Amino acid sequence: MTMAIDILSWLMLTAGGVFVFIGGVGALRMPNLYTRMHAASLTDTMGAVLVLGGIMLQAGATLATIKLAAILLFLLLTSPTASNALASAAILSGLQPDEGPIKRGAKVE
Amino acid sequence: MALALVRALMGPTIYDRLLAANMFGTKTVLFLSIVAFLYGRPDFLDLALVYALINFIGVIAVLEFIRERVDHDTAEKSAGE
Repeated sequence: MTMAIDILSWLMLTAGGVFVFIGGVGALRMPNLYTRMHAASLTDTMGAVLVLGGIMLQAGATLATIKLAAILLFLLLTSPTASNALASAAILSGLQPDEGPIKRGAKVE
Repeated sequence: MALALVRALMGPTIYDRLLAANMFGTKTVLFLSIVAFLYGRPDFLDLALVYALINFIGVIAVLEFIRERVDHDTAEKSAGE
């Protein structure tokens, strides 16, 4: 039973690390602020849930699990709020999102 | 974390830098949690919790500051015309 929980938690931790890495790569390589925001939100949702869930499984039923749940709750509450404020501020300052398909892809053909 | 830092340093607009700062904060929270677990020191989790809250408040405060400045700029521009 402990073995199964160990394996599950390490799987979750590894998947969370992969998601955080993908989010970082996406935030670096996406062409546009809004697409970059989309990639960064991957870090906030999948990465945080998987990593904190994995540590929660390792910690067992202790005070640490409650603290981790509080961190997870705050992250899930605050990161969409921050993203929304960021996007609305960017729109208000006149930064337009690109429209239509990306032109770089059309040039390749 | 290094990738977020690169975006923060080379981001073309101020919003890119802010987005990278936000992502960096989230990654720091995750990193602190993992350090707390690996070193067996549960008191680090309090640091992670505080970091998450401060990060959110900081981003909101900077956004509000920038928005006020943008409003001020547009008002000045329309007054100049």
